[in-house]
Amino acid sequence: MSRRKSRLKNAAAIAGIGATEFSKDSGRSELQLALEAISSALEDAGLQHSDVDGMVNFSMDNNPANEVNRYLGGDHLTFFSRIHYGGGAACGVVHQAAMAIHAGVADVVVVYRAMNERSQQRFGTGVQDRPPVPTTENTNYGWHSPYGLLTPASWVAMQARRYMHEYGATSEDFGRVAVADRKHAATNPKAWFYQRPITLEDHQNSRWIVDPLRLLDCCQESDGAVAIVVTSTERARDLRQPPVLINAAAQCMTNDQMMMTGYYSDHVATLPEMGIVAEQLYATAELTPDDVQAAIIYDHFTPFVLIQLEEFGFCKRGEAKDFIRGGNIEMGGGLPVNPHGGQLGEAYIHGANGISEGVRQLRGTAVNQVEGAEHVIVTAGTGVPTSGLLLGIDEG
Amino acid sequence: MSEPERLRPIPAITRDTQFWWDGIQERQLLIQRCSACGNLRHPPGPMCPSCHSLDWETLASSGRGEIYSFVSFHHPPIPPFDVPNLIVLVELDEGTRVVSNLPGVPSDQVRVGMPVQARFDELEPGRLFLQFEPA
Repeated sequence: MSRRKSRLKNAAAIAGIGATEFSKDSGRSELQLALEAISSALEDAGLQHSDVDGMVNFSMDNNPANEVNRYLGGDHLTFFSRIHYGGGAACGVVHQAAMAIHAGVADVVVVYRAMNERSQQRFGTGVQDRPPVPTTENTNYGWHSPYGLLTPASWVAMQARRYMHEYGATSEDFGRVAVADRKHAATNPKAWFYQRPITLEDHQNSRWIVDPLRLLDCCQESDGAVAIVVTSTERARDLRQPPVLINAAAQCMTNDQMMMTGYYSDHVATLPEMGIVAEQLYATAELTPDDVQAAIIYDHFTPFVLIQLEEFGFCKRGEAKDFIRGGNIEMGGGLPVNPHGGQLGEAYIHGANGISEGVRQLRGTAVNQVEGAEHVIVTAGTGVPTSGLLLGIDEG
Repeated sequence: MSEPERLRPIPAITRDTQFWWDGIQERQLLIQRCSACGNLRHPPGPMCPSCHSLDWETLASSGRGEIYSFVSFHHPPIPPFDVPNLIVLVELDEGTRVVSNLPGVPSDQVRVGMPVQARFDELEPGRLFLQFEPA
């Protein structure tokens, strides 16, 4: 069942991408950020606001579709949906858009993520000490919060330690991911860390956030917005940009799936839900890891980049630490990862900026362009129910 | 007027999980057990994922186990927790895992596989917490 081959292969395409600047204090509302990014994406695609008849966003986004649609002046939004699970939604929103288009319930679907995550609603400050309403999700936080396990970094660190124990990865191995991201960001003018690369020594000297995670293992916090326009491949061919085909899109959650605290199953040191996303992507697109020239790997925290490389079959289980050595995930390496600088280097927009980078790589317009890129993997949040995309150039 | 002292976060508790928290206050580490198939599960919930029975009972754990994973929390400092704060994932002898603290042990002396024993500490007046110590 996990090798499900869907009927979505190349049914839909990404026709437009848009974004605001990425900052630490945008100085305007999240709603305005969303609208700016959407206008920019529609302009990129050569479409009008009135063409939009579908919208998908993250349930963590504070801008519901009706509010966005009010300001777009839309009067016929026939498809709207929201995906839960934080950054796990990043590729899921595009998956939903592709399904809606394939099913004929909408023609032009906008997906977006807009947040003042640094200036307004920081995720890393810890959960509160007031008695929470006993929803199912709050109840799960309660297994960890009374002991001080209160932040995303701490939740990931627990799985990272087990991964280190089982496979021999070290803090330096995690650091190589940060070095690659920051090297790429250093030559991306849109990245927050433009012209600010780091060395492995910098990483090793950075302070503990939650041991085994250092400061430079943790992504930054950002203000900004990203929007993406999805339409049918047929329609996209008549628009302004060369279409970037959605070769495949997939979601998965697996057994005993929790929200970043998957400590109770037999898979603490792996990400089987991402492995099943990968299997679906390859089966649907009829491609293999050898067909992929670049990967946008969700990097809120570095250890999960290693595990994702394993789940996607770029290397064997436990061997990511060897795979990433020698600059193999840097520009010019065997598999450039996050050529835009990732969320550690460019911005933390809950993975949405990674989808834009996948599109730029396939249009051939990226600032750090991977030569001959024909297929790019994009992944979403890890340690949560998640999603992925396999994007490709239009060969039709 | 002094600032009120911050307490450790109070967990959300449902009808499915009340027994576990009550057990801690009675110095017992309980594990939920399916009455139909005997499957142990933690965190507790209403249905057995193996046989789908809604009937369950509890088993009192020996409190013995070993460190399955651990972290040392440094930043941001969040009262009332001291930093660094050693947080452990313990695999109990019975097979289920539970998150707790290992107070008073330097993090460089903690190892995966290290044997530990549960205890119950009154960290706030009238409120017991599950904690572990080296066995």
